[in-house]
Order: sequence, then structure tokens, then C-alpha cells
Amino acid sequence: MSNSALLNSSIAKKWWMALTGLFLCLFLVGHLLGNLQLIFIHGEEGKRAFNEYAYFMTHNPFIKVLSYVTYFSILFHAIDGLVLTFKNKKARPKNYAYNKPGTNSSLPSRYMAVLGTAILVFIVLHMASFWGKMHYTAMPLHTVNVENTEFYLTQTEGSYIPVVDFEQNDLGEAKFWIKDGTEFYTTRGEIKLGEGYKDLHSLVFAYFGHDKMEEANLPANKNALIAVIIYVVAMLVLAFHLWHGFASGFQTLGVNHSRYNSFIKGFGKFFAIVVPLAFAIIPIMIFMNK
Amino acid sequence: MKLTLKIWRQKDANDKGRLETYQLDNVSEHMSFLEMMDVLNEQLIAEGQVPVAFDHDCREGICGMCSMHINGEPHGPDRGVTTCQLHMRKFKDGDTIYVEPFRAKGFPIIKDLVVDRSAFDRIQHAGGFVSVNTSGNTQDANAIPIPKDDADKAFDAATCIGCGACVAACKNASAMLFVSAKVSQFALLPQGKVEAKRRVINMVEQMDKEGFGNCSNTGACEVECPKGISLENIARMNREYLKATILSE
Amino acid sequence: MSVLDAKIPEGPIKEKWTNHKNNINVVNPANKRLIDVIVVGTGLAGGSASASLAELGYNVKAFCFQDSPRRAHSIAAQGGINAAKNYQNDGDSVYRLFYDTVKGGDYRAREGNVYRLAEVSANIIDQCVAQGVPFAREYGGLLDNRSFGGVLVSRTFYAKGQTGQQLLLGAYSAMNRQIGKGKIQMYNRHEMLELVVVDGKARGIIARNLVTGSIERHSAHAVVIASGGYGNVFYLSTNAMGSNVTASWRIHKKGAYFANPCYTQIHPTCIPRSGDYQSKLTLMSESLRNDGRIWVPKNKADVEAIRNGSKSPVELSEEERDYYLERRYPAFGNLVPRDVASRAAKERCDAGYGVNETGEAVFLDFSSAIMRYGKEKANILGEADASKERIRELGEGVIESKYGNLFQMYEKITDDNPYKTPMKIYPAVHYTMGGIWVDYNLMTTIPGCYAAGEANFSDHGANRLGASALMQGLADGYFVLPYTIGDYLSDDIRTGPISTDTPEFEEAEKSVKDRLEAFINNKGTKSVDYFHKRLGRVMWDKVGMARNEQGLKEAIEEIRQIREEFHKDVFVPGEMNELNPELEKAARVADFLELGELFALDALHRTESCGGHFREESQTEEGEAKRDDNTFAYVAAWEWTGDPGKSNLHKEELTFNDIELKQRSYK
Repeated sequence: MSNSALLNSSIAKKWWMALTGLFLCLFLVGHLLGNLQLIFIHGEEGKRAFNEYAYFMTHNPFIKVLSYVTYFSILFHAIDGLVLTFKNKKARPKNYAYNKPGTNSSLPSRYMAVLGTAILVFIVLHMASFWGKMHYTAMPLHTVNVENTEFYLTQTEGSYIPVVDFEQNDLGEAKFWIKDGTEFYTTRGEIKLGEGYKDLHSLVFAYFGHDKMEEANLPANKNALIAVIIYVVAMLVLAFHLWHGFASGFQTLGVNHSRYNSFIKGFGKFFAIVVPLAFAIIPIMIFMNK
Repeated sequence: MKLTLKIWRQKDANDKGRLETYQLDNVSEHMSFLEMMDVLNEQLIAEGQVPVAFDHDCREGICGMCSMHINGEPHGPDRGVTTCQLHMRKFKDGDTIYVEPFRAKGFPIIKDLVVDRSAFDRIQHAGGFVSVNTSGNTQDANAIPIPKDDADKAFDAATCIGCGACVAACKNASAMLFVSAKVSQFALLPQGKVEAKRRVINMVEQMDKEGFGNCSNTGACEVECPKGISLENIARMNREYLKATILSE
Repeated sequence: MSVLDAKIPEGPIKEKWTNHKNNINVVNPANKRLIDVIVVGTGLAGGSASASLAELGYNVKAFCFQDSPRRAHSIAAQGGINAAKNYQNDGDSVYRLFYDTVKGGDYRAREGNVYRLAEVSANIIDQCVAQGVPFAREYGGLLDNRSFGGVLVSRTFYAKGQTGQQLLLGAYSAMNRQIGKGKIQMYNRHEMLELVVVDGKARGIIARNLVTGSIERHSAHAVVIASGGYGNVFYLSTNAMGSNVTASWRIHKKGAYFANPCYTQIHPTCIPRSGDYQSKLTLMSESLRNDGRIWVPKNKADVEAIRNGSKSPVELSEEERDYYLERRYPAFGNLVPRDVASRAAKERCDAGYGVNETGEAVFLDFSSAIMRYGKEKANILGEADASKERIRELGEGVIESKYGNLFQMYEKITDDNPYKTPMKIYPAVHYTMGGIWVDYNLMTTIPGCYAAGEANFSDHGANRLGASALMQGLADGYFVLPYTIGDYLSDDIRTGPISTDTPEFEEAEKSVKDRLEAFINNKGTKSVDYFHKRLGRVMWDKVGMARNEQGLKEAIEEIRQIREEFHKDVFVPGEMNELNPELEKAARVADFLELGELFALDALHRTESCGGHFREESQTEEGEAKRDDNTFAYVAAWEWTGDPGKSNLHKEELTFNDIELKQRSYK
């Protein structure tokens, strides 16, 4: 009984929604902290910090596991949500001819599925713009500038070796070669020496309108304004989704206590405003300061 | 006052049904909504037409039989009342009032505004009881002291009248508030704790079978509940279910 | 020698029930499986009986006309349930409860039954707590009690103002357990329309499926009628709209005697009628009289001014008010029993002092209580020099904590704020003490046919005390009937299933069909309600709170007249084979129209005043009810002869061995 109850019962389906949803809230916080480097650390240092961070996020094994949990959560949250929505639609085969749901419930709470779907679309778009490029395309590296020793390699263990320390052959060619633009191998290709930072920082700045052509060979996005608007709207949608979703997750998990309810609800609303707002400010600032 | 009524008419379960428009003059603001419906029916009978069928019985807000969806809300625009306690002073002269049956897969329409809520009964059959024989040879009523707070909370949950407004108001036609009220009542009392696990699993299983939707915590049920049953009960049921499934052997 | 044998067991009153239980026959568990019992009605009596019988092993078929057993009108009982637990250590005992009940019933109840009721009352509380009924508790975690209805001890258990609901849901949950097990077959939205008697024994019923309209035959070895009271004969009452006498009346017409139909309880604190459209009256708990003072203006001029709205009641000074209960009954004041308070209100309104448009309302005023509590509260808070407004505010807070939900209900219905202006109240029909005559075993005069709860006549005599109805319903269903029915059924273990394919069922079904078709085919001009309202008016005016010979005789004539017109001119729209509320009403009103006449006849023959029955010819010099124990210390059980006006009277003499008869006085 309890096994099937864990997957099939209406309440279990809701737990999964709540668990994945609240986990994704945590993810948002992590993601936001990373993103904030884009505007809070300036210049070359900011660039390095952000790219290092991006590197860390794609290589640390713990983060890797976490990222798979995140992908799973997003998918599960979306699919489970969809299943629930269809079930819920079926529970009322004929709608009221005249209905005034606004008198008894908040708008976001009634449109969670629509909001969620919009967020899902945004996630796909967002991942195609950044995550996909990062993972599947040849990205410009962050400063390959052999002369002035600005270029660092990271070995897989994580310590830094300046490029200039590598021997050069007679033609002045480096004794290593670069694969996919980011991975550094010995010339014979047996040993991976390290990886360069993919220059996600420049990618982001270019995407939101900065002209980074000189440094990273990335032309500014001609449709940057649209990109910013889409991003901001998506954050608005997210805000509405969180406005109901955050506290709702706790209720579903059974956390409802007169002493803590107002805190959970208050914090949920705070979270729903502050997190998306902070996310949205970043592209706006990038766009404004181009 | 004068009113235009748009009332759902449906001959039987198989009929498609439609909204019909009726005019009603001389409605007193002191009438209850059901008395207004009585006047309409008297008018229809006088015209040789078939009166509107609607459920009602005690007309004092406790039996839970009346069940209309009035102007977009179960039991109409007033709060903390059933349809029989809703009075016409809540409406204005010249208003158009939509009257529909509660709509949910779990509440099939029988006729006009009458729906079949026996799904609620079946959920109760699955576990809405304490398995004690009615011999009277139980222990003394005061043998187990119950903290007043628990007793009061159990009472608050137990005041559910089973009208189904929660289902009607919920965008998902979910019966969680109803089921959780019963689960909570027993979960809060020592007498009910013995069977708590079995009860919550069986009742939720039956609830799902009846085709009610899921709770998405919109809170509409709590707002529309004529007895003010709290969402706290749904959270408690979620906890109870968690305990009964994951945490039990 | 009367044909009525109450079968009260021999022996001292304290041992009657125990001895009886020890000596009656029982059916062994294996045989119970072979026996079917039909229970009509699922209120406290029917619900508890169904559950208990099913637990014992009988196959129970339970019927209710509502869409769920949980909606039976027991659910509306507000105040509480009495039980001789003596948790408060205030001297309560089984005997005292027994004594209070017999006295409260104005010495017209059967001693043996009442003693048994008091005896099992304590078990009810144990049982309900075990079922998870959330009674009110004190901070120590033990059960709380309140005092009620003019008795001298605190023995009323309660669950806020919804005790009936909680007890009914308890019985309903016990039923659910048995329905889940398949031991009870539940027939919701079914109405019993005829009893089937085979070889002199009740063997089944004819019921109509209210959804499909089909007429069904159901057989059983015994039939229990627990269909409640008949207050709706007055059209306006605190009963539910569907409450009806049909099940009782049908068995009456098949041979069950109807006892004391004229014993009706009129509850003094109901919200008055506001217009002709009024469909029912709402009760405000009797507990309000603990703090409310009842009055009307002294001067007719003020009455006029209040009626036409030119004066507000709060403008009247103390000297201009007539607190008539305090004036007439200085000892009990506003807390006199229900019947006394009701008659006093009627007396003032009949004299022209009624304070609303219909002239049928008196004030229930909380301003004194508000000020009194306000002052107390101010003292507690150390606000010795609080202003009048502040005291008023504090007092309103206290009143709100005590009666908040009632005040809110009143405001929802009337749109008046009872904190600021006095409530208007008027008596309304509430409960019927009369009902089907039953013996000690709750069996009617038809073998195998039982009656329980408000449907029977047995325990309240001529007037019921507050919080005793719930007690009686549950006592009958949980603890009496399950024992006594076995005595009868022990003869039936070899009978086998009862066939419904017999001429008796055939004939009963045909009579039901004919009756209903006659309504459908009548094609008259007036609605059912038109006749029901007319009947109600006659009942209220002439067979209501105060009755006299002339009025009763007129009432009988008028009821006959209305009945005749009804059958000639009623219009029932719709069809037989569908959900047809008008048809349901027509069948019920037809029975009310017959009962009403018997009711008036019973009131006419009982020329004494007792309890809820007040004959103007029989009063003391001060206008109080005067019993005539020499002539009327009997139960009037009426036998159907084909015409309600020609019913045969049978008397069951009441003997009082353990209680001395006294005239009630609340001066």
C-alpha cells in the first residue's frame, strides 16, 4: 500500500511538487549569488571571478550531483505539475457558466500551471542561450594572452599554472594544444593539462548588449533589448509563481503552525519579490551600462 | 426588489442542461435566498411549469444539504453562511443572479441544482470512524483527559457540515478540506489516534478514487466554507499521510 | 381493561431494566445473520439503532430521505445532552434525573421508561467520547457541564452550540463503519411510503427512490420507525423542511396507535416571522435567557411607535417597559420553563403588545447584562472610573465571548445588531412529545414494528426538558432497542428470508402508486404549499400555544375542509418517475392533513392543561396551567378507524409509585 501511495496518491504527488519546488528555491538562491558577481565585481577581476565560478559550477563533483538533482527537479516539477493539472481539469469536466474565483483566492494561486509553463519555456530559452553554449559550442576562452602572462591554466586538481611556464618549441609554438578551445593538452595529446575558463562573462555581457568584440570576439546582441525584456518578464512570472508556491510548498509538506505561519508566508512573499527582482536587475544594469 | 435569475436547468443526469432566465418581482430583502427560490417555484407552479429542483432541508445552516453556486461562489456572496442563511439584502434591486449547481466530477448532477454528494459518504465509509462498538461498556468518559486545546481544535474540525462548498469553490474540485476535517478531528483525539494511519490512507485512497482533484493550496475552500474549517487541517492531513506512509513499517 | 399492555417489568424501579435484560430472549450470533431489520430514519435514534443492530450481526437496511444519513434533523439540536454522571459533584443521580424528567413532563410520562432513560444516560456519554465526539472540556482536560432548562444541577454535556451535530456525526460514524463492512445497506434519498404487514407482523416497507421515482419493495423481519417528530404540521416550525409524519402516519394507519398527538413543545426564543414567504423558523438557543431580559412596552402608544419605526426600543425608559416574566414569576423570572415563557409571550402579543409589524414578537434585551458584565470586567481591569461607553464596550466583549455565534446568526438573518438594539423573539413549534405508542420494549401495537426517538411518545410526557431529546434518541438506539428487539426476533430465526413477492407487498405497492398517481393526475390549481400554509395557520391559531373547546372544534372542521380541497384542487407538476420534490411534499402534506385533525381531536378531549398542552378552560386563578390528575393521568393512544376524526381512544393509565404528583409552580 505505502509504496504505491508514495507515487500515485494525490497527496504524494503534491509532496513531490513541494519538495522539488522548495529545492528549486534553494537553487535559485545559489544561482542568484553567482549572478550577482556580474554586477558587484567590476572589471577584469569580476570577469575572472565569474568565469572561475562558472568553471567551478561545471566541474565540482558535488555541484555536478547537485546540478543533476536540479535538472531532475525541474523536469519532475514540470511533469508532475502537468499530470496534476490534467487530473485537476478532469475533476471538473464542466465549468461554471459564471464564476468569481477572485473573491476567494489569489490570482497566482490559480494560475500556477500557466506560470510554471511560462517559466519552463524561459528555462529552455535561457539554457539554450547560456548553458547550451557553454556546454556544446566552442566558446571563446577567457584571455588567451600568452605574452603578458595573463593567461592561467587550471589543472584538474585546481592549482594554477601560468602558460608562460610551458616550454615553447623553436617556432615559438606552445608545446601543448587546445581542444574545443578550452582544453589544454600536451602536444602529443596524452595528458590533459588543464582547461581554460570559458568566457561566460563576456557571453552574458554580449547577450545583454555589451560590445565585447575586442576582447572576446563576441558581437553585442542586436536584440539585447528583447532579451532583457524577456528576462525581466520571466522574472515577473517567477515572482508570481513563488508568491504562491513558496508558502504552498510548506503547507503541502504539513508545515502549518499558528506560530510560524505568518513568518513562512511573509518570508515566502519576501523571497518571491527579492529573488526575481535581484535576478532582473542584473541584465537591466548590463544593458544600461553598455 | 426585482431580480433577473439565470438558473441552470437540467432534466436529469443525461440531459445537457442550460441556463434559463426568469424574472422575479416583489422580492423582499428579508427573504432568505431559498425563500426567494420558493417564491420563484410558486410562480412557476402557478404558470403550470416544472419548478426548479434544489436541495435544502434544515434551513438553519447546519444540515449541509443546500448547495447552490450563486453568482460565482458556493453559497453566494456572504461569508460564513450556507445558502439558506444567505439573505436577499446582499443583492440589489435589478441584479442578475446566476444560480448553478456545484460542479465536480465527484458530484454528478441529478436534476437542476441537485447534485449527488454520496462520494463524501463513501469517503467516510472508508475510515471516518473510530472502531468501537456501541455497547456503552467503554471506559468512563473522563478516563482520558484531553487537553482543552486539542478538544477545541478537534471540535472546530468536526463542525464540517459536509455541504461540499470546498469542492465547488476549488478550481481543482478537490475534496481535501472535507477529508482533512474528519482526519484531523480523529487525529487530534486519543480515541482516534489508534487507527490514525489506516484511516488517513484509506480515506485518501477513496477520495482519489472518487475523482476529486488535488489541493493546490489556493485557500478558496477555507474562504467559502460556511463553517470556517481551517486549511490547517489539510496540512495536518498531509502530515498524517506522511507519517502513515513513509514513516510507518 | 385496556388493550394496551405497556409490558413494564415487575420489581422495584431500580431493577426493572436489569431484570428485564436478564430475562428476555436473545438471538445467537449465527442466527442474527439470517435476520433483516429495516430502520427508517437516520437521526440520533435511527442512526444509533442501525449501527448497534448491525454490530450485533443483524442485516440492517437503513432509509433516509436526505442525501446522506448525516443530514437528519437531529443535527440541528444546539444546547446539549443530559446525563446523570454527577461529574460536578452537585448531587446529581439517576434518580434525580428521572425525577426532573417526570416532573418536567408534567407527570404524563411512564415512570419505568423514564427511569431506564436516566439509567443508561451515563453510558451515552462514555460511548460518545469513545467514538471521538469532541465535547467541551475544561482546562484540566475533563468534560465540562452546563446547567440547562430550570433544573438544579449541572448535568448537560455540550459541544458549543452544536451538540446535536456532534452526536449525530458520532452515530453516523458508527453507521459508516458498518456500511463499510456491508452490514448496513444504506438507502439515501429513499422515502418510506407504506408499511407491509404480513400475518399481523411488520415484514417490510414500500419506499420510493426519490431520484428515479421508482417504487421499491423491501422486506425484513422487523421494522424500526425513527423518523422524528411532526412539528411541521404547523407549516412553520424549527423542524427541517423535509421533516414529516409520513412514516409514523403510515404505520398508524396500519394499526399502530398514535399517542398524545397534542403534546407539542413551543420554544420561546425563536426569530419571529418576517413575512408570508417565511419557510421556517430559526431557533435561538435557550441559553440566551440566562442573560437576556424579556419585555414589551407598557403603553400601546410606544408599541405603535416602535412598530412604525418612529421610536427605537432603546429610547424607552425602564418605567416604560414591562418585564412581564419577572413581573409574573419573580422566583424564576426569565428562566421559567419553555412552555411557561412561550405562553406568556403569546399572552402579551394577543393583548396587542407585539413589537414587530406582524405583532408577534417580544424583546430579548441584553443591555442590562452588557452593563453588568462590563462593570465587572472594568473592576477586574482596575478601571474603577470607566465611562459608560467603556463599560458598554467591555460588556459587549463578554457577551460576545458567550453568545458570539448566536448574535452573529441573528444579525445575518434579521440585519439588526443585537448588541445595540434588543433582539426580537417569538415562540415557535420545536418538538413533539407525542408520537407512536410503544410498550417498554419500544414495540408499537403492530408486532415487529418499533418506534424510537422523537417518533415515539414514551419518555417526555407532556413537556420535554432541554437537552433531553438527544439523550432519549441515543438511549433508544444504542442501548434499548438492540436488546429488546432480540426478544421479538428470537421467534424468527427459522423464518428465513421474507419474500417481497406476496400479495401483501403487491397490495401495499399498488396503494402507494395509486396515491401518488392521484396527485400527479389531479391537475388542480393550487400548489402543495398553499394548503400546507393554510393548515399551519389553523394549527397555530387554534391548536397552538393555548387551546379552547370552541377553537379546537373549529379547527377540526377547517382541517377537514382544507383536506377535502387539497385532494380536489392540488396541483403537482412533473412526473412520478423522476426527482419530484412537489410530489414528495404532496404525500407528506396529505398525511399532515389527517394528523392535524387527530391532533386537534386529542387536544379537544384532554380538557386539562399539562405541559405543552394548555387548555384555556383549565387554568389557575393566576392563569397558570392546571392539571387534572384524577381524570387525565393516562396516555391517550388513538387507533385508526379510517377517519381521523373518528379514531378510537385507548387509555394507558399512568401509575406513579416512585414520584409524588405535584402541581408545577415557578412563582
